[in-house]
Amino acid sequence: MNRVPLEQKVLSENDRIAAELRAHFQAHGTLCLNLISSPGSGKTSLLECTLESMPRDRRVAVLTGDIQTDNDAARLKRFGFPVKQITTGGTCHLDARMIERHLAGWSLPSIDLLFIENVGNLVCPSSYDLGEAAKVVVLSVTEGEDKPLKYPSIFLKSELLVLNKIDLLPYVPFDMNAAVENARRVHPGIEILKVSCLTGKGLHDWLTWLDHRRRAIKPVETEALT
Amino acid sequence: MHEMGIACEVLAAVRSEAKRHPGKAPRKIGLRIGELAAVDPDALRFCFEAITRDTDMESLELEIEICPFRFRCLACGHEFVVQNYDSQCPQCADMKTECIGGQELDLAYLEVEDHEPSAVGTKSTQ
Repeated sequence: MNRVPLEQKVLSENDRIAAELRAHFQAHGTLCLNLISSPGSGKTSLLECTLESMPRDRRVAVLTGDIQTDNDAARLKRFGFPVKQITTGGTCHLDARMIERHLAGWSLPSIDLLFIENVGNLVCPSSYDLGEAAKVVVLSVTEGEDKPLKYPSIFLKSELLVLNKIDLLPYVPFDMNAAVENARRVHPGIEILKVSCLTGKGLHDWLTWLDHRRRAIKPVETEALT
Repeated sequence: MHEMGIACEVLAAVRSEAKRHPGKAPRKIGLRIGELAAVDPDALRFCFEAITRDTDMESLELEIEICPFRFRCLACGHEFVVQNYDSQCPQCADMKTECIGGQELDLAYLEVEDHEPSAVGTKSTQ
């Protein structure tokens, strides 16, 4: 028997396309963020609030993924920015090839901020690099505060945790301190923001985070996103 | 449930590598999967068996090495396996640590051996 060392990633083809996408994003100064959460945590609501707050001349675009329906794209298109639905037809995550295919027809030099809203799922999307600058995980207070311990992979790989629906805190037995502590046990350096898409609380911090993150990609631009 | 897609990627990699070893048949593929890779080894085995059944790769063995969740202390350099998500350095108690293992999803090796008439790889690929 002859053992041949391979030493390559199982998802090397996905990673190859993701690396190409990342190089394109960087070359054109596009900040690409990959939003991941359970179904119903509020990714689309967060994007609605984000798009609503931005002047129409901001160069923002959204790719939104779901297994079926273009409901989310319809919700997000109301704000006048380019939005495309990626319907996976059953696949539980987006992969880099889907992103490459759906970016066709869009001019990256005219997009400063590209949001990718992944399929609602805390497990599978964590395995697929989409060429993003950062993953952002959304967790809502109607879920358990132990989610970071139950689904550690995505919390480990995300740069930012957005704790959403904080307006519901008086009505649900969600231990915010425990949620923060659990997220930091898995990923000590994770950044954490607390927001309510319903009341707008904390959204300013999110928009400021986006602005700082975008400047890190494109330092020559000085105007703010908001 | 993305293990089916991963199983297909593994099989494609085996076929690709096997072409580089004419006259030999793939016997075993070795994977490294991190504890935090969000991939279930049992589900992956199930999918792998399903896609290789009744093909020339039916007898290809899948060996999975599970890689522990490991951190390195940025203060003292100590490397340790994380228990119960406690990432504090057990040697110097510093909290500044970084993850160095546990997210692997790697093809480690392929074992090939000389063709026999009844061995895998002798039928046409599908």
